[in-house]
Amino acid sequence: MLPIGHYLFLSMALFILGVIGVITRRNVIVVLMSIELILNAVNINLVAFSRLYGDVAGQVFALFIIADAAAEAAVGLGIIIAFFRNRETVLADEMDLLKW
Amino acid sequence: MLDKVIFYFFAAIAVSSAALMVTRRNAVHSAIFLITTLLATAGIFLQLRAEFIFIVQIILYVGGIMVLFIFVIMLVNLDVALHQIKFARQKWVALVVVLALAAQVGVMFWTTGEMPGQGFPVLAAAPANRLPAGNAEAVAKSLFGTYLLPFEIASVLLLVAMIGAVVMAKKRA
Repeated sequence: MLPIGHYLFLSMALFILGVIGVITRRNVIVVLMSIELILNAVNINLVAFSRLYGDVAGQVFALFIIADAAAEAAVGLGIIIAFFRNRETVLADEMDLLKW
Repeated sequence: MLDKVIFYFFAAIAVSSAALMVTRRNAVHSAIFLITTLLATAGIFLQLRAEFIFIVQIILYVGGIMVLFIFVIMLVNLDVALHQIKFARQKWVALVVVLALAAQVGVMFWTTGEMPGQGFPVLAAAPANRLPAGNAEAVAKSLFGTYLLPFEIASVLLLVAMIGAVVMAKKRA
């Protein structure tokens, strides 16, 4: 195993790219994909520390995060389909019903 | 040495295709690049000797979640979105947030007095012969022993998500 800093840096890079996607993209589907990227970056950290300490608990937590990601994707995409049926758009800045 | 080569190979793929994912205009292309990132991450997991997570990542993320995404992209008509501007008008917010995050991590590395690659905490990795023999076995023992209650709660969560997705996506009666 390489020193843990390598994995933390990789994880940070993926996390920041995901945050950029969430903030800047207009297409809500791509925003959801960026959230998946963020969750995945966290998983790298968990597995790397699990390897560092020789303890499988980190991998179990990564499994829970993957299950969460699946639930989030299912519900999020359901919301997107329902929204598209009502408003005919998937662009974030056209979802302005609650905007001032 | 081999460890290093494998790590840098997969890390380069993961980061570059994540950058492409964020910047591509077509949502299908974004999805393809996200799949590439997830596969590269799976490679990193394998390099960390987490075989079970590696398999779960491929089957569940790449095989399940991404297929769901592609289905929704096809259900939702995106032809209009292709010709419009890609980014919302939040570039400066994004820049500030990213700089704040990067500064945070930079301070973290700086205050520990270690540059990346120099062994961030003063810990050596557990030697390979101290790892549990079967990775899947060890994970299963932990999952169904210590973490049995969270496991059951996660299954309830998945059930709730399934019902929620069906209710929201079905046609109004």
